[in-house]
Amino acid sequence: MNRRRFLTRGIALSGSLAAGITAPAHAQGPTSDDPSKRLGGPIRLYGERSRFEQSARARSLLTKTDEFGSTLTPLGETLGIITPSSLHFEVNRGGVPDIDPRTHRLLIHGMVGRPVVLTMDDIRRLPSVSRILFLECQGNSMLEWRGPNAKTVQGTHGFTACSEWTGVPLSLLLREIGVQSGAGWIIAESGDAGGTERSIPLAKAMDDVLVAYGQNGEALRPENGYPLRLIVPGWTGNINIKWLRRIKVVDRAYLTRFDTIGQPTLMPDGTARQLQFVIEAKSVITFPSGGQRLSGPGPYEVTGLAWTGRGLVRRVEVSTDGGASWQEATLQAPVLPLAHTRFRFPWRWDGRETVLQSRCTDETGYVQPTLADLVKVRGLNSLYFNNAIQSWKVAADGAVHNVHV
Amino acid sequence: MSRPWWAAPIAVLVAATAAAAQLPTYGVGRAPTSAEIEAWDLTIPFDGAGLPPGSGTAAAGRTIYVERCASCHGEKGDDPKYIRLAGGRGTLATAQPIKTIGSIWPYAPTLWSYIRRAQPVDEPGSLTVDQVYAVTAYLLHLNGILAEDTVLDARTLPQVRMPNRDGFVPDPRPDVSGAARDKAR
Repeated sequence: MNRRRFLTRGIALSGSLAAGITAPAHAQGPTSDDPSKRLGGPIRLYGERSRFEQSARARSLLTKTDEFGSTLTPLGETLGIITPSSLHFEVNRGGVPDIDPRTHRLLIHGMVGRPVVLTMDDIRRLPSVSRILFLECQGNSMLEWRGPNAKTVQGTHGFTACSEWTGVPLSLLLREIGVQSGAGWIIAESGDAGGTERSIPLAKAMDDVLVAYGQNGEALRPENGYPLRLIVPGWTGNINIKWLRRIKVVDRAYLTRFDTIGQPTLMPDGTARQLQFVIEAKSVITFPSGGQRLSGPGPYEVTGLAWTGRGLVRRVEVSTDGGASWQEATLQAPVLPLAHTRFRFPWRWDGRETVLQSRCTDETGYVQPTLADLVKVRGLNSLYFNNAIQSWKVAADGAVHNVHV
Repeated sequence: MSRPWWAAPIAVLVAATAAAAQLPTYGVGRAPTSAEIEAWDLTIPFDGAGLPPGSGTAAAGRTIYVERCASCHGEKGDDPKYIRLAGGRGTLATAQPIKTIGSIWPYAPTLWSYIRRAQPVDEPGSLTVDQVYAVTAYLLHLNGILAEDTVLDARTLPQVRMPNRDGFVPDPRPDVSGAARDKAR
């Protein structure tokens, strides 16, 4: 049996490549597999990961077809705070368009002094900024309201990711062409078949919104908006319009499909919240998390991610006893506003069944709620903006499961 | 060879408002033609401003619906096996809310706008303005909101009162927070 087949079988047996799994007989003797005894492979002009790495996005359960579908980031396998572009979750409403940047145009018009059509070359000539920012779909964890649903953290929390985005401040473009008095909103529109249109307050547009063309040091990936998208820091995913082709400055929210029934956060009385923007503080343990397995009692590093649309994560606490007691985790530097924040917590597992949780406090003092806290106010049908504390049960055999406590 | 951006004539750099004129400008881009704006400026707000001339009835819309919409939305739009567009009135406050045009969509003009821009999904933007009025009329008829022979146009569409018109509320968050002990400091 060659090494690759051996490893593949190892994955099939354990169900995961996560840390803490010890596959036996890894020791490499002086065999023909010894890489120091033979010539390596050739140079490559565009890098690919090792053939031994298998981490991938997964189709969400909301996926109807591959064009009207969404994929989830494998948070249990990503490291640090940056999500590789190839693993960034996606939500598409009409397929991924194939856009030639040489012909792509951004139209900015409406209540402006000088309507303008910009090419990608025009936009790239302007002063740019790069910021590391999380992006979370409001539908993240939407199937977890009524009970534990997904088996892994990819399923429960995979609609969030964090990238370094590069682009031009929208405020620069709007100042460049002038905004008329009386304007209060912008309408941003995608150029794909799905025609996503969202109303965004002008104050936010003038604050920190980016017209972005870069993601993690290279051009945006097609499924993440190539060649141009809006990045609206700290605000819900679908307002970060992908394949951006038009911005209209207007005097009122248009209350489009995507402003209203596109995210109908239903309350128990049957009303629905609209124009919900900010992502509230949330955290999740990514190791140990559902589907992973601890190899036995002993020391482990509990780690996970925290984020908030209101600025900085100030504190993350971890409970290793189902919420009875909480201890402060270490935040990995740099802690950046509106970005994923990695936390770490040393833990010695005694081999007995227990429940692991994390909760996050942001710079405003807001504390991540329990699911019961949320349900008490919002009921069971609000679907979106579920930022509840996540519980992972570690069974006596080391298997980790999604549970509600 | 084109001039660098900073060498553009000052007249082009001066933006139209006083606020903008105080800041550095770059003079990038060009003015759009009116045809370019018309081709893309399709979004109709909740109040129906900018609806184009044209008209349609539910009777005319039925034929278009059967040909272009029914494969995804079912014969009458209310079959749970398809993406539902009709029925579900009065279910939003129940344990099993059914979200349809009739039960949740708050404004008829934004329905019209979405259909014109993004439907049918295999050929978005292919319906004529008259066809969009007609299909919209048929969908409202399927939901018991519009009579079969009512003519929808730029004047009548904004007058349609959707059943859930008043069902949307502003965002009250933060409405829920966990342990309150961190409020200090």
